Amino acid sequence: MSETVRRKGRIGYLLLLPAAAWLLLFFVVPFYSLVATSLFDPAGSDFRGYEMDYAFGNYVDVVRDYAGPLGRSLLYGALATMFCLVLGYVLAYAIAFKAGRWKNLLLVLVIAPFFTSFLVRTLSWKLILADDGFVVNTLQALQVLGDDGRLLATPVAVVAGLTYNFLPFMVLPLYASLDKIDHRLIEASGDLYANPFVGFFKVTWPLSLPGVVSGTLLTFIPAVGDYINAQFLGSTNERVIGNVIQSQFTDANNYPVASALSVLLMVLILAMVLVYVRRAGTEELL
Amino acid sequence: MSQLAEDAPSSEPAEAPTAAASDPSYDGLRLQRLTKSFGSGFTAVDALDLDVPRGSFFALLGPSGCGKTTTLRMVAGLETPTSGSITLSGQDITFAKPYRRPVNTVFQSYALFPHLDIYENVAFGLRRRRAKEVKAKVEAMLDLVELTSQARKKPAQLSGGQQQRVALARALINEPEVLLLDEPLGALDLKLRRAMQIEIKRIQTEVRQTFIHVTHDQEEAMTMADTVAVMNAGVIEQMGAPAELYENPRSTFVANFLGQSNLISGTVVSRSSDVTTVDMHGIQVSVPSGRTHVDGDRGWVGIRPEKVLIGEEGAELDAPGNTIPGGVISDVSFVGVSTQYLVRMPWGQELQVFSQNTGRTRMFRTGERVELSWRPEYAFLLDQAQDASAGAQRDGQ
Repeated sequence: MSETVRRKGRIGYLLLLPAAAWLLLFFVVPFYSLVATSLFDPAGSDFRGYEMDYAFGNYVDVVRDYAGPLGRSLLYGALATMFCLVLGYVLAYAIAFKAGRWKNLLLVLVIAPFFTSFLVRTLSWKLILADDGFVVNTLQALQVLGDDGRLLATPVAVVAGLTYNFLPFMVLPLYASLDKIDHRLIEASGDLYANPFVGFFKVTWPLSLPGVVSGTLLTFIPAVGDYINAQFLGSTNERVIGNVIQSQFTDANNYPVASALSVLLMVLILAMVLVYVRRAGTEELL
Repeated sequence: MSQLAEDAPSSEPAEAPTAAASDPSYDGLRLQRLTKSFGSGFTAVDALDLDVPRGSFFALLGPSGCGKTTTLRMVAGLETPTSGSITLSGQDITFAKPYRRPVNTVFQSYALFPHLDIYENVAFGLRRRRAKEVKAKVEAMLDLVELTSQARKKPAQLSGGQQQRVALARALINEPEVLLLDEPLGALDLKLRRAMQIEIKRIQTEVRQTFIHVTHDQEEAMTMADTVAVMNAGVIEQMGAPAELYENPRSTFVANFLGQSNLISGTVVSRSSDVTTVDMHGIQVSVPSGRTHVDGDRGWVGIRPEKVLIGEEGAELDAPGNTIPGGVISDVSFVGVSTQYLVRMPWGQELQVFSQNTGRTRMFRTGERVELSWRPEYAFLLDQAQDASAGAQRDGQ
């Protein structure tokens, strides 16, 4: 009896092994190397090599030098997440409760953009928002935009691009938790004197919170780190932290600064997520 | 079958609400010509007329798919009637929104809010109506259903029986004019069910509100309700006190669905003011006129298995009445308090006989020849146009 239990336990560990090895090799080792690099002496270079001198000052430097892009990343990420939540919730609600036999088709449509490359989709937004495109022309005609007003190379374009690109990551978890809601609970709330509006806020919304939490996390985390949208749809004024990290790594070859920024971003996001999950009070639902 | 049910109200004018179309003085729940058809052309409830007096414990009994739950959902406002009307205390609520009706439901699935604790589940209706003294009321209600110690638990942490009580408390606390119970005990095991039946009955006696209980369990309906309406295929077959329904069924469906019945084909020979004489495969038996529910001359003579006495062939039986000789025991099952016999009659039919094990008669063995008899006042006569096996498969669902 105890022999078989032990044997089963051993098989469990064996099954863990490939994934654990993968993570060790491609996550733990690079992460260690990233943290180590962030503490290298910034005076080093590709030619002379770097020295480890626990330069915690790197972090102070990057916060001082790149507070702007860092703040923009968080702001654009937060705005895009908010828009995704509003648009995505309505869409997921409609698919889960009102779509009937069109449910599966609509879900396929939500995922359909993934069949083309992220880059191509973002570039096509460049066309949509172009200065002589129909969106800008229409908005000008409606006097929403001034005659020389534009969308491309503005924060609006970056946030719109982020919202578009990450919408499916919001819709799918929202749909999953809305679809799980027992319709009889909503009937019960009506039976207990809640009109549809109150019923939504007292029953449907709280029960969809797991979807809201995972949807916002799945949107916010990549949106903060994304720099493709800022690159193609923004100007230098919309530079986000991702752009800085990328140029520090590949153009300036300043590895310690780039690493320090990466670690900082990661820690910031992790801290915000922890606070958020706590505040949402949904640990038990996650 | 449906013909019979539609005729039923006219034969009993006291139960025919059509006469008093919109009588505002009636303080109970009144359904008039209530109909629900679904898109597919299926009519779940067909021109249903029903009066439920205030303060009564009323059971809607029928097999699954008979329309009883649809009827309940129309009263709750969760389903919109195709035609007909629902009035409560003289007020028309046919199309009122569910949250505007003084009606609450105990759902079959309980439908407790999983994200709220027991206290908040029970308080839900009060909070929506901004009631005063929520705390005192919720505590009193939790006390009534004996769940005070569970107040801060989530529904998932409770047992089935406890969840059932929460569902009951959550509905009752709103003091609805009508409480609807949709198969509320269906998910519980037999022992707990018995306990809850008594519990719900006790609570109803205490609060004196109108309870409408939907069930497919005839025993449950008979133990709990003052009035039982047997429903089949969207119409009410028969309605009355449990004993009255059991003793004097008016259709083969009721005869079979409530307990078991022996139905023997016969031809009416003569009718007098108090007795109908029927020729049953060459044997003349009599049935009281008040228990004769057939106009033509072909009928089913019905008798409950426990009303049939079994005796030695040629022996003097202590039941002066209808005596049928020539039976042969084809099966015996001893169940403790009684013995159940299957007796093959000369005309080929097998009749059921339940014999109390009083010790006054000996047990018979398979193959023995016996004589059956019953007192005429226990027999009933049903229309032979009806299917003799209607409603018999209730345990199979």
